[in-house]
Amino acid sequence: MQPVVLSRVSKTYHLDAVDVPALVDVDLEIRPNCFTVISGPSGSGKSTLLNMIGCIDQPDRGEVFVAGQTVRKLSDDALSDFRARHIGFIFQNFNLLPVLTVFENVEYPMLLSRVPRSERRRRVQSLLEAVGLADRARHTPGQLSGGQRQRVAIARALAPEPSFVLADEPTANLDTQTGAAIIELMRRMQRERQVSFIFSSHDPKVLAAADDAVMIRDGRIERVERRSEATA
Amino acid sequence: MRTLLLALRNLLRNGRRSLMTLLAMVIGAVTILLFGGYSRNITYGLQTGYVHRSGHLQIQHKDYFLYGTGNPAAFGIAHYLRVIEVVSRDPVLAPMLRVVTPTLSLGGIAGNFAASVSRTVVGTGVVVESQNRMLQWNDYHLPFEFRPAALSGTPQDAVVVGTGVARVLQLCESLAVANCRQPVTARSDGPQMPPDIAALASDAKPASATGAGEPRIELLAANVHGAPNVASLRVVKAVNQGFKEFDDIYVGMHLAQAQRLLYGTDPPQATAVILQLAHTSQIPAARARLQDLLATTLKDEPLEIQDFETLNPFYGQAINMFAAIFGFMALLIGAIVLFTVGNTMSMAVVERTTEIGTLRAVGLRRSGVRRLFVCEGALLGLIGALLGVALALGVAWLVNHSGLTWLPPGQVDPTPLTVRVWGETRLIVGAAAGLLFVAVLSAWWPARRAARMNIVDALRHV
Repeated sequence: MQPVVLSRVSKTYHLDAVDVPALVDVDLEIRPNCFTVISGPSGSGKSTLLNMIGCIDQPDRGEVFVAGQTVRKLSDDALSDFRARHIGFIFQNFNLLPVLTVFENVEYPMLLSRVPRSERRRRVQSLLEAVGLADRARHTPGQLSGGQRQRVAIARALAPEPSFVLADEPTANLDTQTGAAIIELMRRMQRERQVSFIFSSHDPKVLAAADDAVMIRDGRIERVERRSEATA
Repeated sequence: MRTLLLALRNLLRNGRRSLMTLLAMVIGAVTILLFGGYSRNITYGLQTGYVHRSGHLQIQHKDYFLYGTGNPAAFGIAHYLRVIEVVSRDPVLAPMLRVVTPTLSLGGIAGNFAASVSRTVVGTGVVVESQNRMLQWNDYHLPFEFRPAALSGTPQDAVVVGTGVARVLQLCESLAVANCRQPVTARSDGPQMPPDIAALASDAKPASATGAGEPRIELLAANVHGAPNVASLRVVKAVNQGFKEFDDIYVGMHLAQAQRLLYGTDPPQATAVILQLAHTSQIPAARARLQDLLATTLKDEPLEIQDFETLNPFYGQAINMFAAIFGFMALLIGAIVLFTVGNTMSMAVVERTTEIGTLRAVGLRRSGVRRLFVCEGALLGLIGALLGVALALGVAWLVNHSGLTWLPPGQVDPTPLTVRVWGETRLIVGAAAGLLFVAVLSAWWPARRAARMNIVDALRHV
């Protein structure tokens, strides 16, 4: 497993006549197989950093190395394929496809990375059991609670067996108890499946569960806390 | 996920909007198909009428069509019987032919000298048996009833006149012509028939011609030598010819009578040999073969071939007019469908912006997003077209069985109002494919916009 490396990454948003620097010369290495939390106040650049790592946004300057390769020179199609193969996403609002069942939502990313049908079924079954929703496979997202939807989103993110999973404030729309359960689930999945989880969050409970904590403020990395050894 | 399945579910997701869009497409499809079926029926009806009257092809003396209609003496076909024999026995043509018959057109003056009235007319000599066979041609299975020609079973001196002729010649009462005002007073001071003409008429009067009160006319024409000839003819019926201009001059008679009037004791001629084919689609093949025959076996006489479209310019004009109306209507409906589907897809793109961002984030390519929305448009088009075709077939069936009638141009009797959709494969496939194309086209632009969305912006969309 390769670390995610950001080298002198800068990103500025142009809002009307105002330039808003979101990231300024960010150098960062995110260890593989770790539970990494990116934390900071609102507007500090957490989401932008996550978007760079997730290859859904490009830096103005600097390089992002994911799975051992720089992603800057990849074409849009190649980036799409790269994301489908290497990156799982968990969103604050779950972002499940409402017209698909739970089973189909989890299966969808594997269709993009052309996983064979039998293997898809096996993985979906296994993941739904792991997140405790095997009996809801035929339900649609609209028939699930917020916590259940986020469990489906976790299963979906893990389905293509990515190098790492990105989660943007995954507990922000959940009550405290459900949020804690989701954090616990993600932590367990990260350990069981040997996959990196990278969060943006300012939830102290998430922060407390992290192997590494990256503090960001005004688009600059304030400090990186390495709290434990990587598991592999 | 199978793009098609995902597209279908997305359409069902907003059922009411999809339904309204489908409704617009269905109404469009039904309108196009019903009007197309109606105009197709008119085309077939007109064609059938002309083919009944003038056949599919006519062999005429060269330049007769342009210069010779008033001069049958100079533009007659001298060896028309040989022409008929050659054509009928030709192994290539024979299987295509239904009727091969001569006809003779002549100009003259018809007079009812008892009432001191006369008028110029155009006489048409026909072989009645052939005429009846021609009238039975119904290649398009139109719902009309075969009625034998009015000259059927009549003696050789019988004629049929247009109601306009009957009216002018004051034959309304005896021929039971409706809507015909009788003269207030019969003129007695009009010119009497000249004695020489009267003598000619008396000579021409066949022994069978009898009957006091039986309507008769005298038909005066110039014979091939330029001398006047006259025949006293028995008017058996007045038949409305549809077009007033034609109705006012029409005199139909037996071919032998027309030939006697024009050629006397000279060898008879015809102004045209009419060919009625089994199917209109055989015209090109038949014409090509006829050209060969005219250039070889029949090269002794300067002949040419005219098809029914050339002989009856109104046919082409009517078809073109309906084609123009159909095209205009299809264009309007296409524009409505274009904007309706485009609007539906644009709204779907806006509503599903976050979803588009999610799909792109998890690895769907731009082309995949584009394909998804185009597929939704195509599905709308396909379902709309299929429902439209089904509904149009149903409405057409109802109209065809409703017993409604109408009076087509150039016809006299009311005709059942029919809409020909069933069996018109080209029309159905064309309309369905057109709708599908328009639906895909209108989905293309919103789909392109969706595919080009910035992922981060799409995910942030509220």
